[in-house]
Amino acid sequence: MATAQATPVRPARPGTGRGPLAALRERPAAGKLLLLALAAVLLVPLAHSRWGGGIWPDALTADLSGPLGSVTDWIVSNRDSHPLFLYFFGHISNAVVLSVRGVYLVLLALGWAGVTVLAAAVAWRVAGIRLALTAAASFLACGLLGMWVPTMQTLALMVVAVLASVVLGLLLGLAAGLSDRTFRVLRPVLDTMQVLPAFAYLLPVVLVFGIGVPGAVLATVVYAAPPMARLTALGLRGADGGVMEAVTSLGATGRQRLLTARLPLARKELLLGLNQTIMMALSMAVIASVIGAGGLGDRVYQALSAVDVGAALAAGIPIVLLAVVLDRTTEAAGRRIGTEPTGPALLRGWRGWGLAALVAAAVAFAGRLTDGRVWPDDLTVAIAGPVNTAKDWMVDHLYTGVPVVGGTADLASHFTGGVLNPLRSGLTGLPWWSVLLIVAALAWTIGTWRTAATAVLAMAAIGVLGVWEPSMDTLSQVIAAVAVTLVLGFSIAIGAARSERLEKLLRPVLDVFQTMPQFVYLIPVVALFGVGRAPAAAAAVVYALPAVVRITTQGLRGVDPAALEGARSLGATPGQQLRQVQIPLARPSLLLAVNQAVVLVLAVVIIGGLVGSGALGYDVVFGLAQGDLATGLVAGAAIVCLGLMLDRVTQPTARRQRQES
Amino acid sequence: MNRSRTRLLVALASATALLTTAGCGAADMTRQASPFAAPAGVKTVTLSVQSWVGAQANVAVAEQLLKEELGYRVDLVQTDEVPAWDALSQGRVDAILEDWGHPDQEKLYVEEKKTIVRGGDLGVTGHIGWYVPKYWADKNPDVTDWKNLNKYAKELRTAESGGKGQLMDGSPSYVTNDVALVKNLDLDYKVVFAGSEAAQITQIQQFAKEKKPFLSYWYQPQWLFNEVPMVEVKLPEYTEECAAKAPEDIDCAYPTTPLQKFLNADFVERGGDAADFLKKFHWSEQDQNEVSEMIASQRLSPEEAAKRWIDRHPDVWKKWLE
Repeated sequence: MATAQATPVRPARPGTGRGPLAALRERPAAGKLLLLALAAVLLVPLAHSRWGGGIWPDALTADLSGPLGSVTDWIVSNRDSHPLFLYFFGHISNAVVLSVRGVYLVLLALGWAGVTVLAAAVAWRVAGIRLALTAAASFLACGLLGMWVPTMQTLALMVVAVLASVVLGLLLGLAAGLSDRTFRVLRPVLDTMQVLPAFAYLLPVVLVFGIGVPGAVLATVVYAAPPMARLTALGLRGADGGVMEAVTSLGATGRQRLLTARLPLARKELLLGLNQTIMMALSMAVIASVIGAGGLGDRVYQALSAVDVGAALAAGIPIVLLAVVLDRTTEAAGRRIGTEPTGPALLRGWRGWGLAALVAAAVAFAGRLTDGRVWPDDLTVAIAGPVNTAKDWMVDHLYTGVPVVGGTADLASHFTGGVLNPLRSGLTGLPWWSVLLIVAALAWTIGTWRTAATAVLAMAAIGVLGVWEPSMDTLSQVIAAVAVTLVLGFSIAIGAARSERLEKLLRPVLDVFQTMPQFVYLIPVVALFGVGRAPAAAAAVVYALPAVVRITTQGLRGVDPAALEGARSLGATPGQQLRQVQIPLARPSLLLAVNQAVVLVLAVVIIGGLVGSGALGYDVVFGLAQGDLATGLVAGAAIVCLGLMLDRVTQPTARRQRQES
Repeated sequence: MNRSRTRLLVALASATALLTTAGCGAADMTRQASPFAAPAGVKTVTLSVQSWVGAQANVAVAEQLLKEELGYRVDLVQTDEVPAWDALSQGRVDAILEDWGHPDQEKLYVEEKKTIVRGGDLGVTGHIGWYVPKYWADKNPDVTDWKNLNKYAKELRTAESGGKGQLMDGSPSYVTNDVALVKNLDLDYKVVFAGSEAAQITQIQQFAKEKKPFLSYWYQPQWLFNEVPMVEVKLPEYTEECAAKAPEDIDCAYPTTPLQKFLNADFVERGGDAADFLKKFHWSEQDQNEVSEMIASQRLSPEEAAKRWIDRHPDVWKKWLE
């Protein structure tokens, strides 16, 4: 979900990178390409004569299915007896189960009234009265939709997963923030953790922990801890030099410096990290339902298998509501840091918290007396029926025979036949070494030689794993979906950047699309576009669009007003302003939008395995369903490599430079 | 900087030491219930639900009876088939009510490790095959024999199947030999995997709405037959010798499988009423379809569908409680 926000604090830097600097930067690019061409002239004939062109040569692959198969067998036969499981994984698993159970029982004991009031009170304390009302309304809505118990299960899971992610992230971030060497070692690890589509590592987790909550929580932690670690390190490293010097000159020890100066100074980043971690964990809660995590995600998944969009939506809405409430609350808390408390003295500081706790306890107690532990069954609104009717109507009217554009079915088959197929045959038709060369050229011109090396090695690893062809298939789907996403996203963003009103209108829509679990719209998408790669691409576009629109709008808006004013005073039309001032100045944001689009689309193209996108996505789903580590893990690894390569090839130069400075 | 790093290391080391000493007892990976299971003192059963509606129907009826008649709390866990076996052996799930045959798993868990025991027939017989819609077969009666399939390949072309005809397969968790069959029977078809049963059903419904021809891997019993009548395509006859071949050499039809129940061994010993009840659970295809149809087609909740069936058929389920 929130991967767009996951690499945060990257302000567009308007005004830099123009003029003579840009000209200078272009020249090394030409030099790099020349060097690459030279290397190609020398190496390609050699490679070609040895291994031939076409798809990746068999001689250069390593078959992992044997070893991976025996790893599976070993785990299954030793899981109940080997000390590694008895004394290590077993305890982790028990600890997770116990903590989730603990939180769940507390939530049940508070009852629906208690939980709602508690959420509202916390939101009120950290973010003000408006959010308190939003929080209360959201929880009541969860109850009204008949989703109270699953919501509490998801919440319990989330609390434990987020706490674990925060602790792990803090530890990693602390290490990386205090030591340069750790920082350098850790950065690629965090990069990988973030590019990794969650689907790819569910399988090994299942093998070790079995299905259910422990595996789900651990998979979530892997996914959600990186932003916390990254932002903690960023905050610690960014501590004001002057302040640090002053503290040192006062004779503070290392620990004192850390506790009294560095950490407090990094509070904003820490809170942002918490925010990101929560959002990522929530998006994972649904994917984890595939391995039996229970809760809302499970309801969505079960509805999906019964082809019941209405029921899926009823379970999806609470997820969106939870995400919105948690996001806004932590965001507001971050904004409030450092500002003076307001309101009557009675409500400030610990008194306010005490009051909040008291009210919540009183309501929970009252709820217990009236036996209100679980939401009353007769107080629910069934939305599934109407939603299904609406969906059926929509599908009936859009599937075929729409004037001018044709129905969605025709659209899908045109897209598959006219875009996806040529792209796929083009990519698989390219000689393998030329793909490596193209990747190197792209990555090197946009980044450093290290970026290029990572990208090329990642691509080569795909070949070595023996999944070159399905990977090219997946790549073609990603490219096609990214192209559509960018065209749509940029046009919407240009509109939104011009009109405040449109942007305001868009915000809730983008929120919903970004946080709604993809499983909810997979079925309508199949109904509209048929089974195959087209629906997967459509789902990917829906998922990646909000991030692109947001980043681009922000970038266009952030353009130096003086530059715009200057252009306007010279008599530039709005079109000219956009083309000649806004777009060039917002280049870093646009590049970032491309990068995010690629990463997000890749994540969904994988889930597209569930609606017939084939290739790597299908292999991962197959591996998970059949407990086939060899197929699943190899495909998962290929996805990771593909993700790394795409990330490097599209990573904006500005971001690289800033990180390295 | 250096000092703080040492401190950090010391802290980490002591934390690890603490964890190791605190966790010196062995943890049992075989006995881990769901954290959402009911609090102590309440009797619970955890059932595995598979993704197809027939399995949901079994579970819904079992759940309802366990709750209402025997006073259990029932937890449901949704998983694919092979992971479900895994979960069953570990005790995370107490029972699988509908298994379509997993010889590898049976050998490992039932015969070797003895963590799973057989729970007997479900009463429903499963059959996998290739199906075409009735409206199409009525017009072209010879399509129901595999020998004539190549004649129709052109009509079944889609964007995904390229120049060949499309044979639609479903979820990756299902047992299928279709890729081998297409190759060994020399058919001009491409197997397109829908990736999930939901996607496959949606596509079939869409085809049926337009009365378009299609060829699909499908199985009985299945509620969709009531909505979209389908006719099976005759494949070369199933034989034991053919089934014993390597997966890529198989060139005959799928067998008919009496669907089986499996229970966790520990649960059978200590499960009391619930284990007895689940062992006796036995109903017909017709019964199952009645519930499935209510769930999938009439969009009743599984709970509601189960309640209605239970009201109508006390004669069937009363026997399971004796």
